[in-house]
Amino acid sequence: MKALRAIFAATTALCAATAANATDLEVTHWWTSGGEAAAVAEFAKAFNATGNNWVDGAIAGGGGTARPVMVSRIIGGDPMGATQFNHGRQTEELIEAGLMRDLTDIAEAEGWKDIINPPSLLDSCTVDGRIYCVPVNIHSWQWLWLSNAAFEKAGIPVPNNWDEFVAAAPKLEEAGVVPLALGQQPWQNSGLFNVLIATLAGPETLIQVYGEKDVEVAAGPKIERVFKAAEDARRMRKGSNVQDWNQATNLVITGQAGGQIMGDWAQGEFQVAGQVAGEDYTCLPGLGVNEVISTGGDAFYFPVVDDPEVQKAQDQLASLMVSPAVQVAFNLKKGSLPVRGDVDLATANDCMKKGLKILASGNTLPDVNQLNTEDTNTQLNDLFVEFFNDESITAEDAQARFVDIVAQGD
Amino acid sequence: MANDKPFQPFRNLNAKIASIPMILTALVIFVGCTLWTIFYSFTKSKLLPKLDFVGFDQYERLWGTRRWLVSIENLLIYGSLSLIFSLLIGFLLAALLDQKIRFEDTFRTILLYPFALSFIVTGLVWQWILNPDFGVQHAVRSLGWESFNFDPLYNANIVIYGVLIAGLWQGTGLVMCLMLAGLRGIDEDIWKAARVDGIPMWKTYLFIVIPMMRPVFITTIVIITSGIVRVYDLIVAQTGGGPGIASEVPAKYVYDYMFQSQNLGQGFAASSIMLLTVAIIVIPWAYLEFGGKRRG
Repeated sequence: MKALRAIFAATTALCAATAANATDLEVTHWWTSGGEAAAVAEFAKAFNATGNNWVDGAIAGGGGTARPVMVSRIIGGDPMGATQFNHGRQTEELIEAGLMRDLTDIAEAEGWKDIINPPSLLDSCTVDGRIYCVPVNIHSWQWLWLSNAAFEKAGIPVPNNWDEFVAAAPKLEEAGVVPLALGQQPWQNSGLFNVLIATLAGPETLIQVYGEKDVEVAAGPKIERVFKAAEDARRMRKGSNVQDWNQATNLVITGQAGGQIMGDWAQGEFQVAGQVAGEDYTCLPGLGVNEVISTGGDAFYFPVVDDPEVQKAQDQLASLMVSPAVQVAFNLKKGSLPVRGDVDLATANDCMKKGLKILASGNTLPDVNQLNTEDTNTQLNDLFVEFFNDESITAEDAQARFVDIVAQGD
Repeated sequence: MANDKPFQPFRNLNAKIASIPMILTALVIFVGCTLWTIFYSFTKSKLLPKLDFVGFDQYERLWGTRRWLVSIENLLIYGSLSLIFSLLIGFLLAALLDQKIRFEDTFRTILLYPFALSFIVTGLVWQWILNPDFGVQHAVRSLGWESFNFDPLYNANIVIYGVLIAGLWQGTGLVMCLMLAGLRGIDEDIWKAARVDGIPMWKTYLFIVIPMMRPVFITTIVIITSGIVRVYDLIVAQTGGGPGIASEVPAKYVYDYMFQSQNLGQGFAASSIMLLTVAIIVIPWAYLEFGGKRRG
């Protein structure tokens, strides 16, 4: 492994020999789908332009697979130059153990506090008043993506909200279309449910359940209604035998499925496939019920390293990631919203403009990753991947188990 | 008896010195890390080990978790069937190959070949073979049997049998080779004697050959069981634990909770239970097998 890395480093160094003082910086992330890879290439391009060398450390398989690799490398004393995480509670203990670099100096010098909007993004990077990460985008989960072609095939108008979508499901099935695309990855299943909470029961319910771990609300009628909606979703997903989220999105792109509840990263897939928002597909923020978006997202963390050259490269990458030009280029490709309100996104498409408008109006809620530990999230994953795949579990049973998980959370 | 063999610490000194590294490895790595794991399973360690004791909380949560119960059940089904069938099929194949047939080498190579593939490759291959839209079901349907239904990987009730098929396909070849080696170790004269006595072939196998192959069976069982307990990669490649949580196994639970959900305590508790289960089965068996009177 060491030898292999040395060979890689040697070859990349050879390529970059023309650039003076090129420092290799390995950046790990889990952006491997078409749209994601195009977006991360923007970072690499901008970073290489500064005379450094971006060594791409993409880890396939999504965050669930990539995070353990990243964490064990950092704990094991072989840290990369920079790494992606979803900011929130995933890195809590790494920061407490002093394994992540304190970026407060750069943040203050560049005035991140004033430019990063909404401020909750930076709060999630802050531990005891110090800043440890660079937020790079805002991703929200609460989107319903609909295939216009699929509804045309079924001979019905494209729905405007979740209830209409549920009502349209039988017609779609008759036309041989799977109403709702949902992959097998556990996080997709719990993610869908969390979107239903945020939209059908409202953001304040989500905060009460996950933020305050309020057992009574979790057992109450509002969540009961969400479970009923989840039962509808379970019926509608029948026949979508795919694993990965982008395969599920592909079902929507090709009109084999009516719609998908997925975060705005799905946008990048539509873009890569050359589809136009409003014509080929329709997006409904907040499922058309309650126009809210969560302000989670991705952030980059910089593990502590001794080499001053690498530290310098880390500093450069950190300030580059929030710079306006890079923010625009990256987020347009990624389909996410920029972390600063002062950049021009004139070329953004319809869906992103809807998102920007909601963001500007302040209808935001924290991301589930910011409220729950990974432990609680995994338990939720286990519950919902089972619920959405096994029709013998009733909504009541599932809710009872949901309450248990909330009660155990910390 | 003990008086006949006085305490001789310096006898075979060279051999003792030579085995010190292995003794240390066994003590520090195996015993030491096992104790460390059990010790920390009583704490509420999250991402990093912490000395924050919570008693049996992790174990209570473990046995209250449906996914763990499903995992244990799956391991029992997969384990017992896999043990029985790989021994049965392996022995049958070996006995057939032992009939002085033509092209024995070729058959042996073909049957052992799957073992050369990793579980990941095996899992992926069988994922496609069992996929209803491309694999067996599709092939049979396109031959004319339109109502043919065979999609074990998408049916929560039988998914573990779909995994079992792949596991047997991969592992039986090795069992066959071990059995064949055992059969070759049986003296030709025993066969001749049995034939002279007019004992039918199946009886010779059942009452003479198999009891003589006892050591080979023990080796094989140990190899198969250790493979069963740690089955992980096959599941990850073939089903990812799905549909839902229907094909989860304990080793995957341990990995997921230790690394993905950043809950070391829970993962340690699960792995301690795995160790305990193995110990409960192995210790009485080893005692019966190797304890008591010593064999030459």
